[in-house]
Amino acid sequence: MAGRLPIKGVRDGLLVTLPEGEWEDVRAELLATIDDRGDFFRGARLVLQVEKRQLGAAELGSLRDALAEREATLWAVLSTSPSTRTAAADLGLQTELERPREPDADEGETEIEAEADWQPAVFLRRTLRSGQSIRHPGHVVVLGDVNPGAEIVAGGHVLVWGKVRGVVHAGAAGDETATVAALDLAPTQLRIAGQIAVSPKRRGSVRPEIALIRDGHLVAEPWQADGRR
Amino acid sequence: MPAKVVTITSGKGGVGKTTATANIGVALASAGQRVVCLDADIGLRNLDVVLGLENRIVYDLVDVVEGRCKLRQALIKDKRLPELYLIPAAQTRDKTAVSPKDMVRLADDLRGEFDWLIIDSPAGIERGFRNAVAPADTVVIITNPEVSAVRDADRIIGLVEAEEKGPPKLVLNRVKPEMVRRGDMLATADVLEVLAIELIGVVPEDEAVLVSSNQGSPAALDGKSRAGRAFRDIARRLNGESVPFEDLEAGDGLFGRLARLVRSGGQA
Repeated sequence: MAGRLPIKGVRDGLLVTLPEGEWEDVRAELLATIDDRGDFFRGARLVLQVEKRQLGAAELGSLRDALAEREATLWAVLSTSPSTRTAAADLGLQTELERPREPDADEGETEIEAEADWQPAVFLRRTLRSGQSIRHPGHVVVLGDVNPGAEIVAGGHVLVWGKVRGVVHAGAAGDETATVAALDLAPTQLRIAGQIAVSPKRRGSVRPEIALIRDGHLVAEPWQADGRR
Repeated sequence: MPAKVVTITSGKGGVGKTTATANIGVALASAGQRVVCLDADIGLRNLDVVLGLENRIVYDLVDVVEGRCKLRQALIKDKRLPELYLIPAAQTRDKTAVSPKDMVRLADDLRGEFDWLIIDSPAGIERGFRNAVAPADTVVIITNPEVSAVRDADRIIGLVEAEEKGPPKLVLNRVKPEMVRRGDMLATADVLEVLAIELIGVVPEDEAVLVSSNQGSPAALDGKSRAGRAFRDIARRLNGESVPFEDLEAGDGLFGRLARLVRSGGQA
């Protein structure tokens, strides 16, 4: 598949590192990556690593508009080139990631440690509270609860060892084989790829469940611990 | 021992932050502790009214921060309790008049001379909230047994944890035992299931609280008020005492307690 640039979850949003080459080609590749990944970028804040590439305000502004059309926000441009940094700053974009914490910044976005450019899963050992949001291109594993008002958007699977009460979107880039599994699955809203479901009223006792797309429908099934899956 | 700084906050407005601040302050001062109540709700000050000290304000928090008066001059001494003081908020300014750093400095100036600094936070999650939480040793979250108030409390807990203030403590205010028993109101256990932090008080809805707030005489001064008693228990728990919880949700007396035992499978 053409146009697949490496994406990494960082505190401020999604970090995309742009390769070298003609700007028009690189720009097209970035937009293709976003178009490819469907819902994953919708509402996301992008941080672009452009290394020493020189970009003017016109090029960044036009890119920002193209991203806005795709409902993504250009948040920061990281560069070693002073002229690119100046242009980014003129447009009101951030030029640093390791800045001292902006007191007015939303605390909801959580830092995701990522050693490699591509990380298949992120592990969180805490409860996600209202207003907190995890956005990660790979799988997300939570040892804790996902409270009402919290959200997880994952490119891959989502596994919660606890209660799910908030919003969970697995396979957000369009992967219909993604699943959501939890000890207690009663989300406000559940999405896998392009399918959306709300939890039915609970009947009977709480048991571990797994949600998946079966025959084109988003269903939740009791977890069978007998190795049939 | 230097003062402990406790910030009372909630996210949602109208759940009883100011009432709780006044009552906890009064309860601690009644027990002989030296207490300052600080109103951090700049522009919407209320704590002075609830404490009945409105007519004695000369200087306020912003005057201290901007150096127009000495800290001593802004401390209003309570008429009833010799160990209780108030630093009022400015009414003519807004939250940006003070920074989190100013609040930390102010709290540090007070620590040496008092046992407790109780800060009344404004509603919301913006500047005013961050001002109020910045100097806190302990954050106390007030909530009501309503889904929306609990949702906001959860948000605030997340923000307090992000500030690395340690886990906040919870006070559940305005509980109507009758409604809980009918199943029309969230029970304490329902709230704790979501928030999962330490509970330090459950305050019953009590009309006397409204009346006493209007009269500027907090319920904790009233030996007969049920809410006042709950606030005195909260003050003792903040002070490290282990105080058993009064069971508001079961009926009074033997029958209620039996009913609760049966419902909870004997774990009450």
